[in-house]
Amino acid sequence: MEDNNIKQDDVTLFTVTVYSENQVGLLNQVSIIFTRRNLNIWSLSVSASAIEGVHKFTITTHTTRSQIEKVVKQIEKRIDVLRAFFYTNEEIIHQEIALYKVETEKLLESDEIEDLIRKHNARILEINKIFTVIEKTGHCEETGALFDDLNKYGVLQFVRSGRIAITKDRTEHVSVFLEEQEVRRLKEKQ
Amino acid sequence: MEKITGSEALIRSLLEEGVKTVFGYPGGQIMPVFDKLYDYKDKLRHILVRHEQGAVHAAQGYARVSGDVGVVLVTSGPGATNVITGVADAMIDSTPLVVITGQVPSPLLGTDAFQETDVVGITLPITKWSYQIQSADEIPWAIARAFYIARSGRPGPVVIDFPKNAQIGMMDFEYKKCDFIRSYRPVPPTDPHSLIQAASLINKAQKPFIIFGQGVILSEAEEELKNLLEKTGIPAASTLLGLSALPSGYSLYKGMVGMHGNLGPNKKTNECDVLIAIGMRFDDRVTSDIHTYAKQAKVIHIDIDPSEIGKNVAAEIGILGNAKDVLQKLNPMLERRKFEEWSKEFDDLNEIENKKVIIPETQPQEGDLNMGEVVAKVSELTNNEAIIVTDVGQNQMMAARYSKFNKSRSFVSSGGLGTMGYGLPAAIGAKIGMPDRHVCFFTGDGGIQMSIQELGTILQENTGVKIIILNNSWLGMVRQWQELFFDERYSETSMKNPDFIALAAAYGIKGKKVDKRADLEGAIKEMLSDNEPYLLEVNVIEKGMVFPMIPGGKCVSKMMLTTTEWH
Ligand SMILES: Cc1ncc(C[n+]2csc(CCOP(=O)(O)OP(=O)(O)O)c2C)c(N)n1
Ligand SMILES: [Mg+2]
Repeated sequence: MEDNNIKQDDVTLFTVTVYSENQVGLLNQVSIIFTRRNLNIWSLSVSASAIEGVHKFTITTHTTRSQIEKVVKQIEKRIDVLRAFFYTNEEIIHQEIALYKVETEKLLESDEIEDLIRKHNARILEINKIFTVIEKTGHCEETGALFDDLNKYGVLQFVRSGRIAITKDRTEHVSVFLEEQEVRRLKEKQ
Repeated sequence: MEKITGSEALIRSLLEEGVKTVFGYPGGQIMPVFDKLYDYKDKLRHILVRHEQGAVHAAQGYARVSGDVGVVLVTSGPGATNVITGVADAMIDSTPLVVITGQVPSPLLGTDAFQETDVVGITLPITKWSYQIQSADEIPWAIARAFYIARSGRPGPVVIDFPKNAQIGMMDFEYKKCDFIRSYRPVPPTDPHSLIQAASLINKAQKPFIIFGQGVILSEAEEELKNLLEKTGIPAASTLLGLSALPSGYSLYKGMVGMHGNLGPNKKTNECDVLIAIGMRFDDRVTSDIHTYAKQAKVIHIDIDPSEIGKNVAAEIGILGNAKDVLQKLNPMLERRKFEEWSKEFDDLNEIENKKVIIPETQPQEGDLNMGEVVAKVSELTNNEAIIVTDVGQNQMMAARYSKFNKSRSFVSSGGLGTMGYGLPAAIGAKIGMPDRHVCFFTGDGGIQMSIQELGTILQENTGVKIIILNNSWLGMVRQWQELFFDERYSETSMKNPDFIALAAAYGIKGKKVDKRADLEGAIKEMLSDNEPYLLEVNVIEKGMVFPMIPGGKCVSKMMLTTTEWH
């Protein structure tokens, strides 16, 4: 998790992953820790993880390493949180998905939009008489670039998901913690 | 299995957890529980406070002296919002509490029903855990979990929001204590490597210094701390909340650190080569200017809470774990040493403070009475055996500075939040928790009026609290800052006060007012002569000052000894 290129006080984009129980109000518990330090959550997504019953938050925020270290420890302190980690972009594989709505008329006027779709490796999700929905998966800059290109023809609606990320390790980072906890539970029983 | 109501399940669950006393106040959305309480009167004592904030502070006082979890029972809406200050106070001071708030029936949640407030939402940031019960069946599980969370690891407050439908719903009662939560690790494992590194650093140190906090008391590590000092000869100082963990007279105990702490330990913080922090969190009232704090020292930080390591002060070595366990493992690895020279340097500095500050404050020959001399006299006449409770302000700092202690868990004060009004209910809770000890409560003329209604609780319960109002007719601590930093512009700090003795009398509490030195000792003796409540009002010097002092944001190595002298 050490990235020596990034110093303690440089502001950069960090990705925080939080593994938690599936409990009401958890999002709130996690987000107030950012709010307290006046940190803006840049993107957020919540989903299941590879471990049954364990939920995974992926949060991005611009801050310093020394700040994010403290934030992550305070998130971990919440009772229903199993573990929390933070990463720089280089330490993870990450993606976002974006949807764009354009007028079907504009699409049919020429080949230009179709060329763009091909060039950006995007695809058409739905076409009807009135509008067409285009989907693109990629990094923020890539989905942004397609937006800029499409917008020359007019984008009626646009939405981008929060980042989802996976580490370069083999398994979920939290599994070690769960194993340790299981040992503790068995000991406690004796 | 027998079917009982949710209300009864709550009470039976509390009994299963060994609860004997509950502090509370009834209201519409908690009435079924209070109704059931009526049947359990002989098993569960309820203390009816006069304001819900008082219930929490009383539970805090109870928890701090007894080491048990303090329990609070209040209604929804205003009852619940009235507990907020106390819950925040317990959170920052790591006091174990279970606070149960009534709530509107579940179907009404989110409809702005009468006396509905989002209690879980409000309390999330100021609790260790905050949970709304969904149905009667959940009660034993939720209460067992609440007590486990409140008392384990770094203790703290838990709020359980209890909708009325769950109070009246029927359920099969079966209780199982909680000792494991998959997502929660109360005590992090201690890395043996960190112990080896710490031991080698300590064994090589030339000027080591220990600062300990409430973690020593909470983990019951008083003996281990003393063994460590005996063996290594390292001088030690306490934070405000660590007070009483070591006996005041112990030779290696060098006093208190912080803004109004002692000269020796504050200055030596910036001269030691190894600083060993045990169960304390480097609060800014301890460190002042963090950028000049202990920069020369290698810091070893022992704490049960991983988020404390490196939070304020970078630690060379962080040792995770419960202070008692850590010290038990660390002590055998340390060499037997002596630091006579170094230890004496603390004493020499403290002697300067003694001459310049302590003797003039505690043994004046003439003029008005001083706060410090009242505190010192009470301490002396109780043989340093009393539990000392404070409010907030000059009275608090004077009580902390001039009380002496022989036993642990003898000092109760609002440290992290600095809550005026904390003291009177906390003293009531402390007396209920330790009925056989004198509980002497020092307060100001301002602070006592923030929870003066709790005299009614004393009246009702005949709680033998000894209240000592150090009356300076000012919001003294704020006035002190105005004198020092705001050109003596005394904006809104002068107090016109009621007749406190008459007020006490209205509540059936004996009392006496003293303004002459010659009358002080007699009055204190009278106060201490029985186990009844008593209010002693002492008129002290109006413009007294708490010295020494590190002005906010300044460096710990330079303290004001008087308005004009620094050391
Ligand atoms: C609830 C609350 N409000 C305001 C303050 C700010 N404050 C700190 S000390 C103090 C003055 C206390 O006056 P008094 O109770 O008379 O005690 P003294 O300092 O005179 O001993 C004030 C207003 C506080 N700590 N708590
Ligand atoms: Mg006052």
